[in-house]
Amino acid sequence: MNEKLLLKYDHIPGINTLAVYRQHNGYTSLEKALKTLKPDEVVEEVKKSGLRGRGGAGFPTGMKWSFLAKPEGVPRYLVCNADESEPGTFKDRYLMERIPHLLVEGMIIASYALGANASYIYVRGEYYYIIKILQKAIKEAYAAGLLGKNILGSGFDLDLYVQPGGGAYICGEETALLESLEGKRGNPRIKPPFPAVAGLWGRPTVVNNVETIAAVVPIIQDGGDAYAKIGVGKSTGTKLISASGHINKPGVYEIELGVPVEEFIYSEQYCGGIRNGKKLKAVVAGGSSVPILPTELILKTAKGEPRLMTYESLSDGGFATGTMLGSGGFIVMDEDTSIVKNLFTFARFYRHESCGQCSPCREGTAWMEKIIKKFIDGKANMADIDLLWDVQSKIEGKTICPLGEAAAWPVAAAIRHFRHEFEAYVRNPQSINEVKHYYRLNNLVEA
Amino acid sequence: MAKVTIDDITIVVPDGTTILHAARMIDEQHGTNIAPPTMCYYSKLKATGGYCRTCIVNVTQGSEKDPRPMPKPVASCRTTVMDGMVVKNNTSPELLEARAGVVEFLLLNHPLDCPVCDQAGECHLQDLSYENGKEGSRFEFPKREVEPDDLGDKIKLNMNRCILCYRCVKVCDQITDGRVHGVLYRGDHAEISTYIEKAIDNDFSGNVIDVCPVGALTDKTFRFKSRVWFTKPVDAHRNCAHEKCSGKVRLWFKGDDVLRVTARKDRWGEVEEFICNECRFDKKSKHDWEIEGPSIISHHSVINQNHYTLGKLQLGIKNQIKHLNGTKIDLGEGALNPNNIEK
Ligand SMILES: Cc1cc2nc3c(=O)[nH]c(=O)nc-3n(C[C@H](O)[C@H](O)[C@H](O)COP(=O)(O)O)c2cc1C
Ligand code: SF4
Ligand code: FES
Repeated sequence: MNEKLLLKYDHIPGINTLAVYRQHNGYTSLEKALKTLKPDEVVEEVKKSGLRGRGGAGFPTGMKWSFLAKPEGVPRYLVCNADESEPGTFKDRYLMERIPHLLVEGMIIASYALGANASYIYVRGEYYYIIKILQKAIKEAYAAGLLGKNILGSGFDLDLYVQPGGGAYICGEETALLESLEGKRGNPRIKPPFPAVAGLWGRPTVVNNVETIAAVVPIIQDGGDAYAKIGVGKSTGTKLISASGHINKPGVYEIELGVPVEEFIYSEQYCGGIRNGKKLKAVVAGGSSVPILPTELILKTAKGEPRLMTYESLSDGGFATGTMLGSGGFIVMDEDTSIVKNLFTFARFYRHESCGQCSPCREGTAWMEKIIKKFIDGKANMADIDLLWDVQSKIEGKTICPLGEAAAWPVAAAIRHFRHEFEAYVRNPQSINEVKHYYRLNNLVEA
Repeated sequence: MAKVTIDDITIVVPDGTTILHAARMIDEQHGTNIAPPTMCYYSKLKATGGYCRTCIVNVTQGSEKDPRPMPKPVASCRTTVMDGMVVKNNTSPELLEARAGVVEFLLLNHPLDCPVCDQAGECHLQDLSYENGKEGSRFEFPKREVEPDDLGDKIKLNMNRCILCYRCVKVCDQITDGRVHGVLYRGDHAEISTYIEKAIDNDFSGNVIDVCPVGALTDKTFRFKSRVWFTKPVDAHRNCAHEKCSGKVRLWFKGDDVLRVTARKDRWGEVEEFICNECRFDKKSKHDWEIEGPSIISHHSVINQNHYTLGKLQLGIKNQIKHLNGTKIDLGEGALNPNNIEK
């Protein structure tokens, strides 16, 4: 059990260098792809693997690739989304920091599959040191003939660029990312057209998450069918989970999709249980924007079945009783956590990160933050709970990009599952002072 | 061609037509009132719309081929019709509730300073909130405040009233040479501004005033001179030397004085043809212009409320114009006097 595909060698000293990476099967997938597979056959393998986008939405990668428009004589692009800014998610950073060549190799294979001769890695601006790590890896790859003209004698040319991001969460939204990459303000575009038709510089473009692209390497190595055998149902392969919060062993774990949530939280192999012997209160399973679930619903579905770490199982029951796997930012909260205070942290984040283009998100995120603040200041009344519910419902589904929803869902879920806590703060405003802790984001400046 | 049904009225439109335009075509043909309100879309500019979300509609049937409904409301200004599409606007109570939510958001930080705002009476936000909003606001916090600013000597920017429709940004981008105007900051702190407070200074910059749906960008040469409903709009033209300027304008008279010059607007509140700054700011005498006749202003507009509706004078002039067909006519001394109310 628990096969590792991405982080198999992450503990090997020097694995960030080309020489050591090559000693551990590095660039053999690339060689296999270039020498034995046609581009369409690479796409076919990825389709067979059942790989789904690891950036949050879980869209099947093979399908995304086959949607790419291929007009004659027009360049196409592959863009890697390394903007990783979702609170609770830090897996891409780990992967790029430890094994940068895995991403570079994945980028070359994916570019070959898509027929892209120029590709970009758009890295979150705050990950400045990672940009240097990637640039070093790319330099090594150029020197070894793995990038540039006529890669490994195959006739395939590729230039790979690293672009520091604009320092905004919204630049992780794929069309905002493309705007930013073009040197403009990172506002999401209004779709259609989708990037597959008109993306970077108006040309057909695929945008994929770091982990998605890295997963292409083992898929080509072992074949799509072998990859599809790992996991459960439509959740194939392995997934990096960023585990944080009140657990004994926070960190990045590579799991086979299908591990029970309970095992993930309590086993020594993963999170190692709740720290200080406390009880579990709630989990945000897929990064700050997915609905929070209380203990009874995160460990078991409403039907009473054990909840598994898969796309399907986590979303079982819809938003009424379920949540989402999202980007795999697994935030665990113990019994002393204040859900409302925690929600305030998230609300502040979304208000701060809204690009401000569309009115429901621009005005609504700020309004929600202010209402939640009232609970924390002990000034709220019962009607504020319903008002908050109404405001989030008026944002959801009425915005240009999903950031509006990402801001609305946590509010809705907190009220849905923890209404009593809001009510307790209204009845007894003093009780907020007794709160031991809540999930806090660092470096968030007061707007 | 695509057949689309909006609020139970069916129309056939060319492929690529947006839902909004199909609805406007229905209104133009049937005299109905089903077109969704728009605050950011502008058919005379490229790549506008999608921001304000007031024009949202429910698509209850995607197309003939794929009849599934769309899961979320869509911005009608940016969504093209499909053959067999069925759309609900005024006939969907949930949609109207959602739109009321959008109106509430747009007014959340708005100062509601209509009594001292030059735009009052021709403000699309006023119209929108009357027609689609709810009474009162549930927002109980201090509103965002930004000091009013001058964009050069002719244009006033009051950011507090701005709804970030991006229309002025697109004007600067598409109509004027050299863009010096855009959006600063993010989220609810976003501001329209010029680069390091540089004046917007070029021949077509004044058009930002006309495209602004609210009182955020106003004409400093007209500020506080009169409420718009005390002025009389008259269409006029001149032979403008500027190659891009049509020279076709609307003059706003008080007595014999031209208080302001704007572009002409169509029934959707959009400029018909953009005009240059010389026509707008420097030609303030009626002798600069060839007068065509009174502008036709929608009956529900407050501009029409006083003396200007169905007055015999107006009808008489209209008939006169029919005969003269655009050549210069003498309206007579009293004709443009607001005190000359037809009894
Ligand atoms: C506000 C917002 C932020 C996002 N941030 C990221 C991000 O940091 N990294 C990422 O891979 N995807 C992010 N996404 C998702 C991307 O838009 C896109 O779906 C993803 O990069 C597609 O890659 P995938 O198919 O490999 O998952 C974000 C989406 C939204 C709406
Ligand atoms: S939903 Fe928010 S972040 Fe997304 S486009 Fe609208 S204002 Fe910008
Ligand atoms: S008019 Fe369509 S979104 Fe503003």
